[in-house]
Amino acid sequence: MTATLTAAEKTAAEPVVRTTATRKRLVPYWLLLPGVLWLLVFFALPMVYQASTSVQTGSLERGFEVTWHFSTYWEALADYWPQFVRSLLYAGTATVLCLILGYPLAYLIAFKAGRWRNLLLVLVIAPFFTSFLIRTLAWKTILADGGAVVGALDALRVLDVTTALGWTQGDRLLATPLAVVCGLTYNFLPFMILPLYTSLERIDGRLHEAAKDLYASPATTFRKVTFPLSMPGVVSGTLLTFIPASGDYVNAELLGSTDTKMVGNVIQSQFLRVLDYPTAAALSFILMAIVLIMVTVYIRRAGTEDLV
Amino acid sequence: MTDTNTGGDVRLTGISKTYGSFTAVHPLDLTVPQGSFFALLGASGCGKTTTLRMIAGLEEPTTGTVFLGDKDVTDLPPYKRPVNTVFQSYALFPHLDIHENVAFGLRRRGVRSVEKQVGEMLDLVQLGDYARRKPHQLSGGQQQRVAVARALINHPQVLLLDEPLGALDLKLRRQMQLELKRIQTEVGITFIHVTHDQEEAMTMADTVAVMNGGRVEQLGAPAELYENPRTTFVANFLGTSNLIEAAVAEGRGAASDIVVTAGGGTLRLPADRCGAPTTTGGKLLVGVRPEKISLVHADDAGAIAAGRNQVTGRIVDTSFFGVSTQYVIDSPAGSGLQVYEQNIERDSRLAPGAEVVLHWNPAHTFGLDAAQDIQAGVETVEDAT
Repeated sequence: MTATLTAAEKTAAEPVVRTTATRKRLVPYWLLLPGVLWLLVFFALPMVYQASTSVQTGSLERGFEVTWHFSTYWEALADYWPQFVRSLLYAGTATVLCLILGYPLAYLIAFKAGRWRNLLLVLVIAPFFTSFLIRTLAWKTILADGGAVVGALDALRVLDVTTALGWTQGDRLLATPLAVVCGLTYNFLPFMILPLYTSLERIDGRLHEAAKDLYASPATTFRKVTFPLSMPGVVSGTLLTFIPASGDYVNAELLGSTDTKMVGNVIQSQFLRVLDYPTAAALSFILMAIVLIMVTVYIRRAGTEDLV
Repeated sequence: MTDTNTGGDVRLTGISKTYGSFTAVHPLDLTVPQGSFFALLGASGCGKTTTLRMIAGLEEPTTGTVFLGDKDVTDLPPYKRPVNTVFQSYALFPHLDIHENVAFGLRRRGVRSVEKQVGEMLDLVQLGDYARRKPHQLSGGQQQRVAVARALINHPQVLLLDEPLGALDLKLRRQMQLELKRIQTEVGITFIHVTHDQEEAMTMADTVAVMNGGRVEQLGAPAELYENPRTTFVANFLGTSNLIEAAVAEGRGAASDIVVTAGGGTLRLPADRCGAPTTTGGKLLVGVRPEKISLVHADDAGAIAAGRNQVTGRIVDTSFFGVSTQYVIDSPAGSGLQVYEQNIERDSRLAPGAEVVLHWNPAHTFGLDAAQDIQAGVETVEDAT
């Protein structure tokens, strides 16, 4: 009697145990669910939709249908390759400028700022309290014709040099490549500084002492220890700057001219003005592919996976 | 040839360091002879690491001069001093492999072919097979050996070791102590070793400087420091001491012994083992190491040889260590006296509560100035961590 009871109890208890175990195993998936759903609805589905748009033909009046018309890609590339080259060139220049401007600042905040460190970090992100658009419009005023900046650069004969290089035209800064690059550099600078700061701040100060102790001068210490150890920050900073900058259109729209159009401007006008959806979608995918290839090559070459 | 005798001496003259109103190191004179294994011993915050860093050039002295041999290096930056450091946390470069870590100093000095030297150095520290690994792939003990190799390969005049074994577990630490001692004997370079572990300092160093509160309390060979502590701090910090408050009955006179009274009994100690003034009636701290004391049950007190110092008391606690037993004894002369007895013939009557007599050879007694904190240098649980 007792034996049967215990057996019955056991069978009754087992499923309960199993359900708890199963539940526990499912917890990670439940936690993943909101994020996955979000990405599915707002990233994956639009991507598929855009991909299908890019191989459609037709017009707004007659409607579009999928005809697997892949030559849209070739046509888009053939028509707009100068804008692609310009995008990559401007974004690349802005990224390099961000690195040159941002590295010393991040270094200062990480190692020399002392109790001013948090204040300086707040100042770095302070521009984000204002809209991207307004900040870019402010640059329009800063670079305006006959303004103080133009006047000063003109007096210093800097404009002669930049015009000779093709970066500016005559005594204008606005509506020139230089203005667009300046805008891009300004807008993306915090995305460079913050990752740089994070990776510099993580470097153990005793490594600097060890390098000094082992006959490395301050310059050599930087070259052989500090900079290599900050590579993860350099890589993520340049990616966070280059990728959005290459697709940006606001800076070229507000600070540039028709001669400084970037691929983002073309996509925008194809979508919203020309209403040639297939070409716009194809341009988006081409840009994505180019950036993806460049980033992959870059990360491979930077070899950051070896860094601790 | 006299140059080779003094060429590697480290001489600190009047060196001090203050941070704002806090004095980390009081003006200090110290000479470390070439080729010696010198230990700076003290609790954390005693100024030993600051002293070491001033020799390395990582800290600028507030006053004073650092000489390496006859050369004044006080104003030289660390990368221009022929001195290398083994850091407490090793500070190995995480982005370089072991080979490149060890080669770092040679490359900075423009040495062309480093392969052979690095190979030999890695063999010396028995890490020849690990040359291409990254530091994080090595155990703590291996990282420690890399740090030693990275410093030694430069053939510094002086090797500075800042608590190099602090992060290792006890067994590995013992092993590395012997290893470091072996390396030092092999290369003959002056080692200055900073540690808070008195056992480590005593086993490894030829000379130990005990530091406390930014000052050197006492300096000497380990045995000398242990047998003849001159302050209560040294007596308590190096090993354990029983310090008994006593009154001088018979000061320095014709006899070679000083006689004191404590807890109703009299004790004798050699006059040359007492650095404090001994005016009759004045106070004196009398010390004896726990292992010098023999313990007998009160019933057998008659068997104690004449001429030995005797103190009666009662056992309050015992702990068995295998090779020896530790007794804690309360007596009229002082409470909490400690005795270590070898477990040769154990007397079963020696249990807590038993009345006992402690006796020892008067020659093993030392005298200290009573005007000091009797508890100075006693390690608390907090210090030990």
